[in-house]
Amino acid sequence: MSDLLRLATAGSVDDGKSTLVGRLLYDTKSVLADTLDAVHRASADRGLTTPDLSLLVDGLRSEREQGITIDVAYRYFATPKRSFVLADTPGHVQYTRNTVTGASTAQLAVLLVDARKGVIEQTRRHAAVLALLGVPRLVLAVNKIDLVDFDEVTFSRISKEFTAHATALGYTEDAVVQIPVSALAGDNVVEKSANTPWYSGPTLLEHLETVPVEPDPHDAPFRFPVQYVIRPRTAEHLDYRGYAGLVAAGTVKPGDEVVVLPSGRRSTVTKIDTADGELAEAAAGQSVTLLLADDIDISRGDLISVAGNEPTVTDELDATLCWLAEKPLRPGARVLVKHGTRTVQAMVTELRDRFDEQNLSSVDGPASLELNEIGRVALRLAEPVPLDDYSFSRRTGSFLVIDASDGSTLAAGLVGAPLPLLENGVESCSGGSAATPDNHALVSPGP
Amino acid sequence: MTLALDTLGRLESEAIHIFREVAGEFDRPVILFSGGKDSTLLLHLAIKAFYPAPVPFPLLHVDTGHNFDEVIEFRDRVVAQHGLRLEVAKVQDWIDDGRLEERPDGTRNPLQTVPLLDSITQHKFDAVFGGGRRDEERARAKERIFSLRTAFGQWDPKRQRPELWNLYNGRHRAGEHVRVFPLSNWTELDVWNYIEREGIELPDIYYSHQRDVFLRDGMWLAEGPWGTARDGETLLRKTVRYRTVGDGSCTGAVESDASDIHAVIAEVAASRLTERGATRADDRLSEAAMEDRKREGYF
Ligand SMILES: Nc1nc2c(ncn2[C@@H]2O[C@H](COP(=O)(O)OP(=O)(O)OP(=O)(O)O)[C@@H](O)[C@H]2O)c(=O)[nH]1
Ligand SMILES: [Mg+2]
Repeated sequence: MSDLLRLATAGSVDDGKSTLVGRLLYDTKSVLADTLDAVHRASADRGLTTPDLSLLVDGLRSEREQGITIDVAYRYFATPKRSFVLADTPGHVQYTRNTVTGASTAQLAVLLVDARKGVIEQTRRHAAVLALLGVPRLVLAVNKIDLVDFDEVTFSRISKEFTAHATALGYTEDAVVQIPVSALAGDNVVEKSANTPWYSGPTLLEHLETVPVEPDPHDAPFRFPVQYVIRPRTAEHLDYRGYAGLVAAGTVKPGDEVVVLPSGRRSTVTKIDTADGELAEAAAGQSVTLLLADDIDISRGDLISVAGNEPTVTDELDATLCWLAEKPLRPGARVLVKHGTRTVQAMVTELRDRFDEQNLSSVDGPASLELNEIGRVALRLAEPVPLDDYSFSRRTGSFLVIDASDGSTLAAGLVGAPLPLLENGVESCSGGSAATPDNHALVSPGP
Repeated sequence: MTLALDTLGRLESEAIHIFREVAGEFDRPVILFSGGKDSTLLLHLAIKAFYPAPVPFPLLHVDTGHNFDEVIEFRDRVVAQHGLRLEVAKVQDWIDDGRLEERPDGTRNPLQTVPLLDSITQHKFDAVFGGGRRDEERARAKERIFSLRTAFGQWDPKRQRPELWNLYNGRHRAGEHVRVFPLSNWTELDVWNYIEREGIELPDIYYSHQRDVFLRDGMWLAEGPWGTARDGETLLRKTVRYRTVGDGSCTGAVESDASDIHAVIAEVAASRLTERGATRADDRLSEAAMEDRKREGYF
C-alpha cells in the first residue's frame, strides 16, 4: 500500500471544507499546541464558544475577515498508516482557478455538499473539473448532517443524485464513496458517530487511510523531457554531457534505445547518473541525468522517448482547456503553450465546443470561452511538439496556456478530450498509438 | 532495488526538478543562504541537481549583523569548500548611510526586506530561491512554489497564478522577479530525517550546548551584539539548542539535551510546539505577522 495520499477538498462556498480539514488535523492530533492556542484565542476574540477549526487553514488576513477561503492551503499530516498532503481549496466560483491548482496533483478529492442544500451548481462545476483533471477517486462528504437531524433519507437522496452525476462524468461506482459527516462536531470524520446508526461505512479518515492509490504505471512507455544540459567542462569531467530531467512516465535502463523528439534522432542510453552514483534503472517521478552513446544535438525542451512507442510529433492539436482568466478566449487568439520543458507560440484556430457542466452536454462552436468554462479547441503551434493524450499520460499530455504579454497563466490544457461526454466524433491527437491508452482520464496523478 | 520513491526520495526529486527548471528558464537566479539549516539543505539539493557540474548560481546572505559566530564561520567554510560566490548585503550598511533606521526594540529581522529588495534590483536577480516551507506557518501554507513578485518585491496573495501539475510558469516582466521555494512540501521532520540520511553538516548551535541565556517573553535569548539581559532579567547557564536560526535578538533557544541528529529527530517528532512558535518572537507580533512581512517583500 502506498505510504502517501495527495488529496484536495472541493465543493461550494461555505459547505465546510476548511472546517473539515481543521477537524481532520485536530482529531488526528496533528495540530501543535501553540497553533491551537492561537486558534482558541482568535475564536474567543470573535465571540465564539467553541474553536473555529477553519482558522487552522484559512491563513490569510482577508480570508479570516471574510470567513471564506481564497487560495489553496497545503497541509501535511500523518497517521501510523499513511502520510497525507492535503490541499484545502476555495469554494467561491471566483477562485475556481485555485481549486484547479489544488486538484491538478490530487489522487483523491473530498467533495463536500451542505446536507440542507444538496448538489448545487458549484458542486457540479467542481465534479466536472475533477473528472477533467483525472482525479481518480472521489469522496462525497454530505456535511452539516447535524443540521438535518442526522436524517438518513436526506443522505441517501443526495448520495444517489451525486453518484449518478459522477457516473455520467466517467467515474465508476467503486471510485466514489459517500460519507455523512459533521465537520463542526466531528461526526464520522475521525470518530464514528453515534448519531448515524444507519450508516455502516468507514469514517472519512478510515477511508483515506485504506483507499487504494494507483501507482505510476511501470509499463507505460518511457518519457523524459530534457530540463537542462549538464556540461561541467572541468578537468575531471571534460567530455561529460548529461541530460537532466524528471522521468515523466515509464522506466529507463542503460542499453535502452531512445528517440530524441522532435528531431527524431536515435541513440542508446549509456548511463543513468545521479549525485549518489549510477542507477541500474529509473522510473517515473525520479530526477536523474541521462548520458547517451551518440553526440547529438539535444537541448532544453526536447523529449527523450523510448524508441518504437513514441508520442505524436505535431504542430496541430485538439485539446480541452479549462479557462482560468477573466478575459475570455476567442478564436484566433495568440498565446504561448508550455508543454513539458518547451514553450512555443500558438494560435487558437477554432473553438469547437463548450462543455455545459450543469447539464453534461456540449454546445457547438461557442463565440468565446469565459472564466471557469471548459471547452475543446483546435491549436496550431509555431513548431512541432511531441504530444501524448492526457488520458494516456498525465505529465506529457498536459500544458499551460500563457499570456505572451503579461506572462499570466490563462488555462489548464489537456491534449485530447479527457471528458467522455466531449467525445462527439472529432478525432483527437492520439498519442502513444502503439500501446492501448486508458479509455478514460482517471489515471494516476502527475507529480 | 525498489523503484517506488520513499517520502524523502520524492521530496528530493521534486526539489531537484525545481532547481533545474529555474536554471533552464531564468537568466540570473540566486540562492538565499544564511548558513541556517533550511538554506544549507537548499544548497545541498542544488549541488545534487547539477552534479557533476558546479551550482550555476551565486548565493546571497542578507546579514542582520545579529549573528551567531558559529553560523557565519560555517557559512564561509561551506562557500569556500564548494567554490561558490557569496554576496552579502549587510543591514548595518543600510543603517549607517541612513537608508534604514534601527527599530526601538532593536530587532533587525524586519529590516532585512529593504536590503534584500535593493540587492535584487542591483544585481538584476530574476529568480530568488528561498528555504520557506509551507508547514512553517499558515500564510506560508498559501504560497506557490513559483511566487511572482512585483517590481516592488510585493506578494499579492489574492492574485497568485494557478500552479498546475508540475508545470511552473516563471514568466515575468522586466523588474519583476520570482521567488522559488523548492522545500515547499517538506515538513520540519522531513528536513531532519533528510539531514540524517545525507549526513549533512550543520552549524553546532542546532545541537545541544551550554550557553548563557536570559528569559524574555517566554523565550531563552542569548546575549550578543544585539544586547544582553535587562533589569529584572538574569543570565543563566543552560543546556540549549536552536530550532531555527535568525536574528539573534529575536531567535530563542530551546532547552534541550539533543546533542546529535538522532536525539534531535526524536525531539522534533515529540514536540508539541511549531518551530516558529517556539523560537521566533517576530511571528508572535500579530495574527498576520508573517503575511504582512511577506507582502512587503520578506522571504
Ligand atoms: N452546523 C454545522 N456547521 C458547519 C459544519 N461544517 C462547517 N460549518 C460551518 O459552515 C461555515 C463555513 O465553513 P467553512 O469551513 O469556512 O466552509 P468552506 O467550505 O471552507 O468555505 P470556502 O472555503 O469559503 O468555500 C462555518 O460557519 C462553519 O462553522 C457542520 O458540519 N455543521
Ligand atoms: Mg474554506
